[in-house]
Amino acid sequence: MPPSLTPVEFRVPPVDAVALETRAAELARRSIKKRAKVQGLRLCIAMMDLTTLEGMDSPGKVRQLCEKAKHPLPGHDVPPCAAICVYPDLVEVAVHALAGSTVQVASVATGFPSGRTDRALKLREVQLAVEAGASEIDMVIDRGAFLAGRYGQVYDEICAVKEACGSARLKVILETGELKTYDNVRRACRIALLAGGDFLKTSTGKVTPASTLPVVLLMLEAVRDHYLETGRQVGVKAAGGIRTGKDALRYLVLVAETVGDLWLSPQWFRFGASSLLNDVLMQLEKERTGRYQRPADFPSD
Amino acid sequence: MEKQDEKTKAKTQGARPELKFGGVWPYEPALESTDHFTIAARHELFVGGEWKQPKAAGYFETIDPATEQVLSEVAMATGKDVDAAVAQAQKAFPAWSRLPGEDRSRYLFRIARILLERAREFACLETLDNGKPIAETRDVDIPLAAQHFFYHAGWADKLDLLFPGQQAEPLGVIGQIIPWNFPLLMAAWKIAPALAAGNTVVLKPAETSPLTALRLCEVFQQAGLPPGVVNVITGDGAVGALLAKHRGLQKVAFTGSTEVGKEIQRAVAGRGVELTLELGGKAAHLVFEDAALDQAVEGVVRGIFFNQGHVCCAGSRLLVQESVHDLFVQKMRARMERIRVGNPMDKNTDMGAIHSKVQLARIEQLVAAGVAEGALLHQSGCTLPQKGFWFLPSMFTNVAMSHRIAREEIFGPVLSVLTFRTPEEAVEKANNTSYGLSAGVWTDKGSRILWLAERLKAGVVWNNTFNRFDAGSPFGGFKESGFGREGGRQGLRAYVRLRGSLSPG
Repeated sequence: MPPSLTPVEFRVPPVDAVALETRAAELARRSIKKRAKVQGLRLCIAMMDLTTLEGMDSPGKVRQLCEKAKHPLPGHDVPPCAAICVYPDLVEVAVHALAGSTVQVASVATGFPSGRTDRALKLREVQLAVEAGASEIDMVIDRGAFLAGRYGQVYDEICAVKEACGSARLKVILETGELKTYDNVRRACRIALLAGGDFLKTSTGKVTPASTLPVVLLMLEAVRDHYLETGRQVGVKAAGGIRTGKDALRYLVLVAETVGDLWLSPQWFRFGASSLLNDVLMQLEKERTGRYQRPADFPSD
Repeated sequence: MEKQDEKTKAKTQGARPELKFGGVWPYEPALESTDHFTIAARHELFVGGEWKQPKAAGYFETIDPATEQVLSEVAMATGKDVDAAVAQAQKAFPAWSRLPGEDRSRYLFRIARILLERAREFACLETLDNGKPIAETRDVDIPLAAQHFFYHAGWADKLDLLFPGQQAEPLGVIGQIIPWNFPLLMAAWKIAPALAAGNTVVLKPAETSPLTALRLCEVFQQAGLPPGVVNVITGDGAVGALLAKHRGLQKVAFTGSTEVGKEIQRAVAGRGVELTLELGGKAAHLVFEDAALDQAVEGVVRGIFFNQGHVCCAGSRLLVQESVHDLFVQKMRARMERIRVGNPMDKNTDMGAIHSKVQLARIEQLVAAGVAEGALLHQSGCTLPQKGFWFLPSMFTNVAMSHRIAREEIFGPVLSVLTFRTPEEAVEKANNTSYGLSAGVWTDKGSRILWLAERLKAGVVWNNTFNRFDAGSPFGGFKESGFGREGGRQGLRAYVRLRGSLSPG
């Protein structure tokens, strides 16, 4: 494990909130039509981490969601989702259901969603999920430590989790809704990037606001600068609160115009969502047939 | 983690990491439709509430600068037409000026509402006639023009509150001459306060962009504005000169070049005619090392490439602290590549066509001068359309204060980058210009913002933003950028005479 960095290394440039939000709103006005719309919506599906993170989750529910991830709309030319995202105890069920497909199994870990537990337990949870076959781990950062200014502690923990992940890709959930300021988000990005996270992820989906356009724009700027500085490419995952195809395309525009082609793939950009998929399917069918179908025409999982 | 870093380092050794854009997910053209309105083949003069043919049957063409296609022909006013327009405005003045403020207010509210109802049509027409992108006319020009009518409608019945203890009286007939860079918006800036205060108007739009001002006359008719309160005469600079010199005016309001502004000032000198001038600029952005650099880049881009740089308050000089110069220039160059230049009617276009052949020639000439003087030119690598007037988003580095591109107004998408070391030097350089219209301060430090705002000789100082306009905020310049303010209470002051005041008004 690398030694703690002193706080000064986590220094980041200031962020101007008004200007950041202005730029995000400006890009949100892009008009995506026809072929670009279809291509964009298909990309959104391919970038989706289909998620279920409820106390009610059961093996049956997870198996059904896995089927949906493999074939979002059977009988139609629609790509599979990028991954299924579940709690650690259901990883095994998902791995089994997805065997032979391209869909990855992502597991939340480290005391998701609050992260308020002992580090040894967090690491053990990661280890179990990886052993059960998860190829992606979605960890939460210690917001308490962050807001107390103990950046080194946040950094150390991400490093430790990264090591426990082995070959699994690590997504670092910043829970931006609890960090409150863009300056905090920018600093949390820096810590996660230095600690070796493979993805920066906005939110758990359990806190409002979850993902917003300005926050994702800021994260994209952070991974862009990190890439230009070090050559290491890090992904971004927008999670929570994205419910419509129109919203998803706005995020895709941010990607296309901030970091560009290298990130326009499921390898480097993800949506974490549960209800988004059906709206995207509905929009795709609308583009294909010229008409909106009933919500009941799309499988409900 | 360390191992991974080594691996990626090895992989990218020799080749610098680079970003690529536009290859994976290109946008489709998203053209604003134009089937919801028509453009008449010929436009007459709007005098006394009616469309009148010019006294000598002369017409000139107005074109779409993006395609060079003729949009319509427009009447060339003669001296007699100018006389007739001023006479109509004089005839309308007594009744209009005596109308209770709340009635004038009602007309202005009605104009604002109709303008918004017809916003899409105005946005399209403005884009076609001017060359600026539809996203700008839709989101800036038209809403802001309507806002000026709304704002001044609100003051029309409250003039006594504006100037407590004094009586505000209208001046009379106002001659207004406006430029081509914001045709409808400039018309609104000029007409709304004049009418709110009880004056009547003869407006002359620019020769190359008269269509929206003429269509605004339809709105006046629709709103039932009494005949003669606003008259619009079209033509070239000679028509503008005839209007400016006309003996029947009580005030001239001009927005345009410093050169023409000086001529007008000479023409009205010694006649007791009120004058306001809003002229050129060579505004500076001051970027300090502690600024939010990514957002400052966006602001600088907005400052110089908004409206193709055809903005009198454009931030055409970038003064950047030497310690962040290289990083900032690198970010600017990358960002300039992202600017989508092309068909102005495409909703995704960021920068449209240069307004005219004449303006394009002037930009080309000054850019050539910059290169000859030894500055380093960086241009976006995007491809430009074949037809029409176009210029690439451009930036000069290695610029010296003595270069022409650091002193003369280019009025195009060309940024000149200079450096400074201390706040004092930044102020010194920012003020070292014959203009003084606007400035932009980019720093995270509140105390420095205030320190700078006190010292910058500019009518508007934007702080961590640029090119933001509001009807309630006065706009105008220092030195050769002109005098008088437009917008806000200060703007209205220029359209009234105050009685019972110590100042002659």
